[in-house]
Amino acid sequence: MSVKVISVLENILQANDQVAAANRARFAAAGVYALNIMSSPGAGKTSLIEQTLRALAPQVRIGMINGDTTAASMDAERGARAGAASVHINTGGNCHLEAHMVRQALDALDLSALDLVIVENVGNLVCPAGWDLGVHARVVVASVTEGDDKPYKYPTMYRGAEVLLLNKIDLLPYLDFNTDYFLQGVRLLNPAVQVFPISCRSGEGIGAWAEWLRARALKHG
Amino acid sequence: MHELSVTQHILEIVVRHAQQAHAARITDIHLVIGQLSSFIDESIQFYWDTLSSGTLAEGAHLHFERVPAQVDCNECGQRSTLAESAQGCLACGSLNVRVVAGEEFYVRAIQVQAADEREQEAEA
Ligand SMILES: Nc1nc2c(ncn2[C@@H]2O[C@H](COP(=O)(O)OP(=O)(O)O)[C@@H](O)[C@H]2O)c(=O)[nH]1
Ligand SMILES: [Mg+2]
Ligand SMILES: [Zn+2]
Repeated sequence: MSVKVISVLENILQANDQVAAANRARFAAAGVYALNIMSSPGAGKTSLIEQTLRALAPQVRIGMINGDTTAASMDAERGARAGAASVHINTGGNCHLEAHMVRQALDALDLSALDLVIVENVGNLVCPAGWDLGVHARVVVASVTEGDDKPYKYPTMYRGAEVLLLNKIDLLPYLDFNTDYFLQGVRLLNPAVQVFPISCRSGEGIGAWAEWLRARALKHG
Repeated sequence: MHELSVTQHILEIVVRHAQQAHAARITDIHLVIGQLSSFIDESIQFYWDTLSSGTLAEGAHLHFERVPAQVDCNECGQRSTLAESAQGCLACGSLNVRVVAGEEFYVRAIQVQAADEREQEAEA
C-alpha cells in the first residue's frame, strides 16, 4: 500500500483569524473602537452595557451586538431601550461568538455613524476566549458572587483580557470574597490587565471605567 | 460545545490538503495542542466520527500531541515548565513572565493513502 505523510502546519483557527483581521480593518476604516465583553452567565454584561450607555451616550455614538445561544433577544432590546443601535445574533446553540458572526452583524450597523461598538459575547468563561473577533479590547466581567478562585480555574479567559471589571462589589459585605486572593490570580495570569472594581447596581466605579472608554472611543472616531 | 466548530475547521483543513495531494483516504491526523489552550481532546474525538463520515477523512485516527506550558521570567531570565497554568517563575517566584509555549493549536501532519497505487508506482 502506498502511504505518505503530508506536512500541514496549519493553524486550526486560521479561518476565524482571517475574518477577525477583516473585521479589525473595517473598524479601523470607520474610526470605530470595539469591545468584546465576556463573562459567565449573569455576571452583569448587559447591566454593564446599560450603565456604559447611560454614562457615554449620546456624546459617544454606540452600537451593540448581542450573542445568544437562542432566538431570545431580551439583551439586545435592553440595549436598544438604553439608546444603542443594536443587532442580535442567534448562535444556534454555539457557545461562543466567532468572527464571521460579528462580520454579519456589522453589515446591519452603519459604522460611519458610530464611535464605539460593544459586542456582548455568549455567557461562558471557557469557549469565547479562543476566538478572536477583531475588536480592540477584550473585557472580562467577573462578579464577586462567582467566588474569588475563578482566575485560577479559567486561566485562558483571564490571560487574554485587556480589561477586567470586577462587578457587584455592592454585595461584598455579604460574601467571603477575598479580593486580594482574586487579584493575585489575575496578576499571575495577566500582569498588564486594566482592573476596574464596579457595581452596576450602585454605579460605583462606573465613572472610572466610562472615562477610560470615552478617551479611546473618541480618539478613534 | 465549541469543539464542534473546531472539529469542522480541522476537517476542512485536512480534506483540503489531502485533495491537493490527490490522496484517496486520510488514515492519520496529527494535532498539536498547547497545554494552555482550552480545547479538549475527548470532545474533538467525540464529534470527529460523525463529522468525518462520508469524507476523505472517514475513520482517520486522531493523534493529540500536548505541548507543555512554558514561561520565560522577565526578572531572572529562567525558563519554567508549568504544571498549572496559573503560576509565575518557578526559580524566583516573579509574576512578571511571558508565555513562550503552550498556546499552540494546529494540524502538524496527515498520513494518506495514494489515490491510485498503480499510477503512483508507474510514476516511481
Ligand atoms: N447586586 C448587584 N446585582 C447586579 C449587578 N450587576 C448586575 N446585577 C444583576 O445580575 C443579574 C444578571 O445581570 P445581566 O446584566 O443580565 O448579566 P449577563 O448575563 O452577564 O448579561 C441581573 O439580575 C442584574 O440585575 C451589581 O453590580 N450588583
Ligand atoms: Mg446578557
Ligand atoms: Zn524568575
